[in-house]
Amino acid sequence: MERLPILKIGQMLLVSIQVDLRDDMVVALQEDLADRIVETGARGVVIDITALDIVDSFTGRMLATMAALSRVLDADTVVVGMRPAVAITLVELGLSLDGIKTALDVERGMRLLSLAGGTAR
Amino acid sequence: MTSEPFGDLIDRCRAAEEDLVRRWRADVAASLRGRVSEIELDKELREILDALLSAVSASDGADTRSSAYGEVRALLVDLSRARALQGFSPRETAISVFALKKAVRDSVGVGPEFVAFSDVIDELGLFTFETYAKAREEVITNQAEQLLELATPVVKLWQGVVALPLVGTLDSARAQVVMEKLLQTLVDTGSEYAIIDITGVPAVDTQVAQHLLKTIVAARLMGAECIISGIRPQIAQTIVALGIEFGDIATKATLADALLLALGRIGVDVTAEMTKRGL
Repeated sequence: MERLPILKIGQMLLVSIQVDLRDDMVVALQEDLADRIVETGARGVVIDITALDIVDSFTGRMLATMAALSRVLDADTVVVGMRPAVAITLVELGLSLDGIKTALDVERGMRLLSLAGGTAR
Repeated sequence: MTSEPFGDLIDRCRAAEEDLVRRWRADVAASLRGRVSEIELDKELREILDALLSAVSASDGADTRSSAYGEVRALLVDLSRARALQGFSPRETAISVFALKKAVRDSVGVGPEFVAFSDVIDELGLFTFETYAKAREEVITNQAEQLLELATPVVKLWQGVVALPLVGTLDSARAQVVMEKLLQTLVDTGSEYAIIDITGVPAVDTQVAQHLLKTIVAARLMGAECIISGIRPQIAQTIVALGIEFGDIATKATLADALLLALGRIGVDVTAEMTKRGL
């Protein structure tokens, strides 16, 4: 099965979703992410969904689950690069992703995380 | 050459063409009251008459849907479209065709074959009217689209701050356009702050508030923050009376206050910026 790569950059992990997500890939990604956070002791997770152009309620829940998972393992999550159409769809589905940080692009997302990390420590 | 139902009418029309066109033009010109020049009109009518006479003399000349009428129809489409765009009334447009009947009657005279000819003219008149209506509908659709575009400008106030001055009633269709345009601008300009100014919105009801809230939540999902400004006293009264909750969304009375708030959050030093630009 195809697995999504999780890249480590400094104290952060970068998950870039570049392909259409299948449900089994999402489940595998959640397991991998939890493993990697523990393994690397990462303080932040950046999930880049710039390439994602179709979302459903399952994808929305995936983002929420991944954020909750990271929080338990003491890492902040930022979702970056959400497209307007995706944002509109999530709002129409009634998923406002409360408690998840968001940023316009990867760069801003990483800056946001390092700022938050700086004050926490 | 001449087909049966029209007898020698066509030949007589051809013979009296000059007189026919003159009468026809006089009638049409009277109804248009000088808004189309005589020369232009003369050219238009001559073309139509020429095409019509050849079409009628074809073997299936009584059937206006036949291929023989292709040219006539094309000319009539041009004519009625032009009239519709210039703002002529349906009557003024249709008369261009129907006046031919009178011209033929006066110039060539009425025979038994005139009935068949009259049917053809009626059919073409209806066709002209149909095209006219279609052209007008197109004009209306285009204008509605243009209005939608016009009414939703997104302006950049500062590096990273855009404003959306809303003017006019916000219905669902417009709210959708506004939402999409704002979100797209956020992505294109990489702005983290958007100010939605509702000074020009005459009334805020629960539906409008709902649209605004959706836009703001969507912008948040993308990583941008929205500020609502331009809330007039009466609007504030309505919002409270309706029990609309804006939650933790920043609301300001004026656009200036909202801009100041955004600049403060970004951490812009306006004086330093001005010195840098030599102002």
